[in-house]
Amino acid sequence: MISKIGRQSIRLVSELGELAGFSAQASVALPKQRHIFEKLSRAIFEIGVRCVPITLIVGLFTGLVLGLQLYYVLAKFSSESLLGQAVALSIILEIGPVFTAIMIVGQAGSALSAEIGIQRNAEQIDALHTMQIDPIGFLVSPRLWAAIIAFPILTTFFDLIGIYGGYLTGVELLGVDPGAYWNRIFEAVSPQNIYNGLIKALAFGIITTLICAFQGYFTHIKADIPGARGVSQTTTRAVVYSSIAILMFDYLITSFQMAK
Amino acid sequence: MSEEHYLQIRGLKKAFGTQVVLGGIDMDIPLGGHTTVIGKSGTGKSVLLKCVSGLLAADAGTITAAGSKGAPPCSYMFQQNALFDSMTVEENVGLPLREKGKAGKTEIAERVSDLLEQLDLTAAAKKYPAEISGGMKKRVALARALITNPEIILFDEPTTGLDPQRKFSVFDMIRDYRKRFGFTVLMVSHDVPEVFEISDKIAWLDEGVIKFWGTPEELLSNPPEDLKPFLNPQLSPA
Repeated sequence: MISKIGRQSIRLVSELGELAGFSAQASVALPKQRHIFEKLSRAIFEIGVRCVPITLIVGLFTGLVLGLQLYYVLAKFSSESLLGQAVALSIILEIGPVFTAIMIVGQAGSALSAEIGIQRNAEQIDALHTMQIDPIGFLVSPRLWAAIIAFPILTTFFDLIGIYGGYLTGVELLGVDPGAYWNRIFEAVSPQNIYNGLIKALAFGIITTLICAFQGYFTHIKADIPGARGVSQTTTRAVVYSSIAILMFDYLITSFQMAK
Repeated sequence: MSEEHYLQIRGLKKAFGTQVVLGGIDMDIPLGGHTTVIGKSGTGKSVLLKCVSGLLAADAGTITAAGSKGAPPCSYMFQQNALFDSMTVEENVGLPLREKGKAGKTEIAERVSDLLEQLDLTAAAKKYPAEISGGMKKRVALARALITNPEIILFDEPTTGLDPQRKFSVFDMIRDYRKRFGFTVLMVSHDVPEVFEISDKIAWLDEGVIKFWGTPEELLSNPPEDLKPFLNPQLSPA
């Protein structure tokens, strides 16, 4: 039992070490790449633009539900006028960054992991090596930097549409005063709140992109089975690990932000 | 090192855990020649090629290219071609120049266009790998390997999964283009005896060591006893 825990711990530490090395390589490799703008644009399109519809849909419905739930809670204390504040702060500080990151992982992160995994199996990564092209710089770095740009922007979209969703439920459906709804938001939401939310989005973008790329890049080592099923396994792991990491780091970052 | 040898391999060893795959390989690859490493599946032929190309780090031994201190700058043709599905044929071929080297956009386009013309691929330039035949994919992979004017090209079982007719056409292609472009070939294959027609030297890899080294004629006139069943499986006892 103890030896099993020991083996698992060594494996975990070793894997984290590998991930750290991989992350360091991916972070610094972009400036050495050629056609940076072209690669970055393509990656922003894949991670950012393609995720806009899902972000807006999920953001809208989250705001609608949040408006509904919070309205009935606040109504018990005759504080319906605080609805705007409650919706906006919940979304900006927590729900926006977390839900957006999970949505992007589901769409772009899984695709990234599967694509790199297939490229590994098809010897395309080896081919890059033989052409003296840095595979991490070529395949991963543009995606990492695109995520750094796209995650905060998509989170902002989510926040805005979510707050509007809360408005639709609270004001249009349940009769909260529109002036009170918006005023409470402007009074309660500080630039620091927005900054804190975007810092989370940035952190989630970096962490999840690296986890997804790492799982795909080392699919030949990490998967228990070779071939297509191995790619399927590492893609699933990429999504699961990323989702867990989002929630773990959300707690950690929130703790630091609250302690300030 | 003799001048006629392009590549000198000495004492090359590679093991995966306790399994020794290469137990000390010594080879001299002739300059401009075609050397084929034959052997049964799983004897380490591809591992040898990957060690030569630098894809795998050898545990011991040296690989020295004529005129350079270390391993050679080589091109590699993979079993499955390793073409990028999201790039067109011309983008695949131009990739090494686009990402490395000093050539400008116009020069790259010209070199790619010239090479595609020489390999009869001009009509497929704008197509994606999924839209062309298996034989064309091989030629595209060869074009990508040739675009940097390499001195040596490593072929990893280039005829895997091809029918006999296509197999011969791939071997013909390698022979013709080697003559035309003058590169050195190091190929691994288990297509015996077909490879004898295009090879200058044959190396038989078995149990991690080279058990035969010589010309195809030498091999056929006086084959080692152990190699006979491999050369002619029909004659070997069931």
